[in-house]
Amino acid sequence: MSDVLNAQESESGTLVASSASSAVTSLRIDGVTAAELEAKGVYAWFGERCVLEDVNLVMERTKVTALIGPSGCGKSTFLRILNRMHEIVPSAALAGQVELDGDDIYDANQRAATIRRHIGMVFQRPNPFPAMSVRDNVLAGLRFNKIRSNHKDEIVEEALSKAGLFSEVKDRLGDLGGALSGGQQQRLCIARALAVKPAVLLMDEPCSALDPGSTLRIEQTIQEIAEEVTVVIVTHNMQQANRVSHSTAFFLAQDGNPGYIVETGPTKDIFTNPQDPRTADYVSGRFG
Amino acid sequence: MTELLNNDALSEEADKLAPEDGATRASMPPPPSVRRIRPREFRPSDVALLLLSALSAFSIVWILFTQLTLMNGPLGFVVIWIPLFLGMYWLVNRQLFTRQVAIDRLIGSIVTMGAILMMLPLVLLTIFVFQRGLKQLSWKALTSTQEGVVYAGAGSHGNAIGGVAHALVGTLEQVALAAIIGIPAAVLTAVFINEVGGRFTKSIRVIVTAMSGTPAIVAGVFIYSIWVLRFSYSGFAGALALAIILLPTVTRGTEEVLKVVHNDLREASIALAAPEWRTVWSVVLPTARSGLITSILLGIAVSIGETAPLIMTIFGNQVMNANPFSNPQMALSLLAYKQIKLPIQSQIDLGYTSALVLFILVFAVFILARLLGGNWKRRGGSRRSMLSAVRWTPASSMDPTSQEISNTKEGAVDV
Repeated sequence: MSDVLNAQESESGTLVASSASSAVTSLRIDGVTAAELEAKGVYAWFGERCVLEDVNLVMERTKVTALIGPSGCGKSTFLRILNRMHEIVPSAALAGQVELDGDDIYDANQRAATIRRHIGMVFQRPNPFPAMSVRDNVLAGLRFNKIRSNHKDEIVEEALSKAGLFSEVKDRLGDLGGALSGGQQQRLCIARALAVKPAVLLMDEPCSALDPGSTLRIEQTIQEIAEEVTVVIVTHNMQQANRVSHSTAFFLAQDGNPGYIVETGPTKDIFTNPQDPRTADYVSGRFG
Repeated sequence: MTELLNNDALSEEADKLAPEDGATRASMPPPPSVRRIRPREFRPSDVALLLLSALSAFSIVWILFTQLTLMNGPLGFVVIWIPLFLGMYWLVNRQLFTRQVAIDRLIGSIVTMGAILMMLPLVLLTIFVFQRGLKQLSWKALTSTQEGVVYAGAGSHGNAIGGVAHALVGTLEQVALAAIIGIPAAVLTAVFINEVGGRFTKSIRVIVTAMSGTPAIVAGVFIYSIWVLRFSYSGFAGALALAIILLPTVTRGTEEVLKVVHNDLREASIALAAPEWRTVWSVVLPTARSGLITSILLGIAVSIGETAPLIMTIFGNQVMNANPFSNPQMALSLLAYKQIKLPIQSQIDLGYTSALVLFILVFAVFILARLLGGNWKRRGGSRRSMLSAVRWTPASSMDPTSQEISNTKEGAVDV
């Protein structure tokens, strides 16, 4: 995995966090470190209960892919499968492949930690580390992965700027992460995930705990970072999916059966010209 | 905004005030026509009501005791006085207000009395120890040992009373050693139970629970048989016994504190590719820091006062022995125990002085811990702003949840 990723780095001429000894170069210079993520025939179980069935989805490089669908249809489970967070639940199991630029992240030779460093995640509830300052929160990923850098200030500024937070907190970098408002905390979490320069960023309903103003800010942020990183976002808010995403996958689970993808396609098509009547019903608000 | 951070009554009141009131408050006094309402305020008339009820109940009991019957004894007095006061208070409030108000105040007084009852033993104990211990407390008592003391009372010449220095040194050394041995083991055990888990989690929790119920003297006997019989009485043997006392207390306390740390934070850490030990070391333990310190201190406070396990491990002596690894040592608790059994008043007083010094020592440890818990300079020289200083009041640092609540509060207002 790391071989291939390194190869990809050298091809695109950019540096991701793994080559941190020289992780000075701003990502913005060369643009893309983003990778393509592809799920092939993914199944998921909790205990004996199957919650996902044969999910196939391509999440394109530098695009925003939205996962929509009613509650309990397996969107979040699918998202957590994409960076191996699914396996931390003791009873969880899965089948199928998830390929990051062609490498199966569930290959026996892969370390989960390596995968998670390349595929970052933002959670539903803002969860900055309360005992760390804003600055330390942003640098947490580097610290956890023993990435040393002489340019921490630059990394902090870059990550916070990308998350659209730097101007608001530049005088408060020493404050505790919990001292920020809810919307700022969520953007801090985005900055924290971006600081290790992931190839993919997964977002699990990042705005569901926030007010409209903060939601708008985060949506702007998503569109900005999508130039550099592949974004996969789970959302209950169809307007949001419509606003921020390039392509959309509609998940559905009926009568206790496992969830599956009903329809995928460019967001425009899903919302204006859905092929499946169930998609049409859902996006027009008739159920779900 | 800042009042909101003080998640106490002040902010509650600030919330209740009308917004325009809050705005004018800073600049100019509100016009006299605006009457402020503070529904939860306990007005002077209410205080008078409370005091008069108490007084009238007192008077009735006094008449009953001294004039009408031959009952006596303060306990009986209080036992009759309190229900009478409650009844009186309810009756008065019932006359003036509605039934709900009367019941509310009645229950309120009962609960407050519970709190006072809880405080009473502590206050009485403190007064008692200070009263008896201050008699012999002097610089000389703190700096001299019992070396060469002739137990002949205060009137005789020579070193008739002695001091507690050897016991103070012994206690500090033993407890420090016990903490060094016991606390890492206890915290690691708690981390294992709560963070790592596995097949043995349940059995280990049961063992810890059983250990916390073990009589202290058993710890002493245990160390006596495995250590003292082979080597000798020493401060270190005492420290081993104290570590056994300390272990379950700290483990259980730490476990409770770790449980409160929100799982979201662990997931966030895992999603940042942190190894498990990193998650525990950099996220879980710092988040639980204040509670952790409290539970560690509780363990130290429990072990510092133990006497029974020390009798069989440090044995006790009269001279200064600063080396905890050989020969008997003394401890403050053991000294108090031995002195109070002596038939000489000055020596008994010295025993109380020993207890007083122990008392102050425990108190100092607690204050130290609060200071440590409140201001921890983080690495990287990052400074903590006023905002976060407000946030880390003892109340909020006691449990992470209250901090979380104040976060949400702030978020709701700020965004």
